[in-house]
Amino acid sequence: MPYPVDENEKFAAYAHPERLVSTEWLAAAVESGAVARGELVVVESDEDVLLYETGHIPGAVKIDWHTDLNDEVSRDYIDGAAFAELAASKGISRDSTVVIYGDKSNWWAAYALWVFTLFGHQDVRLLDGGRDKWVAEGRGLTRDRLAPTPGSYPVVERDDAPIRAFKDDVLAHLGTGPLIDVRSPEEYTGQRTHMPAYPEEGALRGGHIPTAASIPWARAAAEDGTFRSREELEAIYLGEAGLAEGDDVVAYCRIGERSSHTWFALKFLLGFENVRNYDGSWTEWGNAVRVPIIKGAERGSVPAAVGA
Amino acid sequence: MTTQALPSALAAIVDDFQALSEPERLQLLLEFSEGLPELPDRLKDHPELLEQVVECQSPLFLTVETDTNDDGAVRLFFKAPPEAPTTRGFAGVLHEGLDGLTAVEILSVPDDMPELLGLTRAITPLRMRGMTAMLGRIKRKVAASSNQG
Repeated sequence: MPYPVDENEKFAAYAHPERLVSTEWLAAAVESGAVARGELVVVESDEDVLLYETGHIPGAVKIDWHTDLNDEVSRDYIDGAAFAELAASKGISRDSTVVIYGDKSNWWAAYALWVFTLFGHQDVRLLDGGRDKWVAEGRGLTRDRLAPTPGSYPVVERDDAPIRAFKDDVLAHLGTGPLIDVRSPEEYTGQRTHMPAYPEEGALRGGHIPTAASIPWARAAAEDGTFRSREELEAIYLGEAGLAEGDDVVAYCRIGERSSHTWFALKFLLGFENVRNYDGSWTEWGNAVRVPIIKGAERGSVPAAVGA
Repeated sequence: MTTQALPSALAAIVDDFQALSEPERLQLLLEFSEGLPELPDRLKDHPELLEQVVECQSPLFLTVETDTNDDGAVRLFFKAPPEAPTTRGFAGVLHEGLDGLTAVEILSVPDDMPELLGLTRAITPLRMRGMTAMLGRIKRKVAASSNQG
């Protein structure tokens, strides 16, 4: 049974208001015992693998993007059987309402939500503002880890095509639809191949995919980590980036995590039907042989050889 | 690899980690993150005296000082925010394992020592890289300051 949605004025302006919940709403759900009774499942997903252990929202379970959602051997996500096992062990059933939150303006939470969507999980929402807002408001955290009552989750095979782009998809997309590059300006221009103050993950070339607009992911978030209003998001993505209604959009970053945040904003807040996250992102494109790359601040155009 | 070549405090930490199951190792790393000492006031007020280790996922700053008396003990100082417990945990391990040793002892620690903790699978290789970088930075700074002396 889906848990009731958060009816509030800010969310109502978005294309899919049911995809967000506020900290007030979640606090009330925790208070009412709904989380403890398993009527909705709260999931914390952070960049720091130990942050959950320092204290989490009462009743929340932990899913780590790397150790839980990525395949250990192949550069891919886990398969349907592994996802079913993971979900069930966290108390999640196929019809559960799942609310995900995390650190860094929900960057990793959005990534987890994207992976849930690859498996077609219907009712999965983000906590607007994430962990930081919850903490800033002085709401309670606990270290108690209660073993959830196992859920019942069928083996559902991943359906990548609607929301995931591979390198060949991006090559075919060049010149036919817009791309959004959500990395820092220094990564976009090719000045550097990794985030400022982050580990070098190895890309042999710097720059961006031809025609991609540069809209760093964090611009979708306000200072308190919540998503910007619909009006503000439209000014950024429709105005500045030049997206038009009905566009088929591909977003990318370095490994597909920051672009999940932008994917969420475009798909559920602005209502673009066709948005794909290119999770190979720069760590694939910047190492691939003979793919076109543009250096500098200009978006650039698609070289004739690629389009031909 | 063997722990025999490690300084005794560090070898004891490695033994503690290796005796545990994977989830328990994470818990122990969390305890190290909580045990990381605060910076002394003289460094708290002078962030420019610390260097950032950019390979860590979260902001980590460190510096080393060598005691001026005869024993030549090297003191290690770290700063990392509480919302970065993994980074703090690594710093805590290196502080407890290396603080007060001599430059020669610190420089003898193998560069791949962090792998001995058995955390690579639970933490992922990407995150382990931060700890290896932290140890590398400490050794470079220790080597540089012992050359000056």
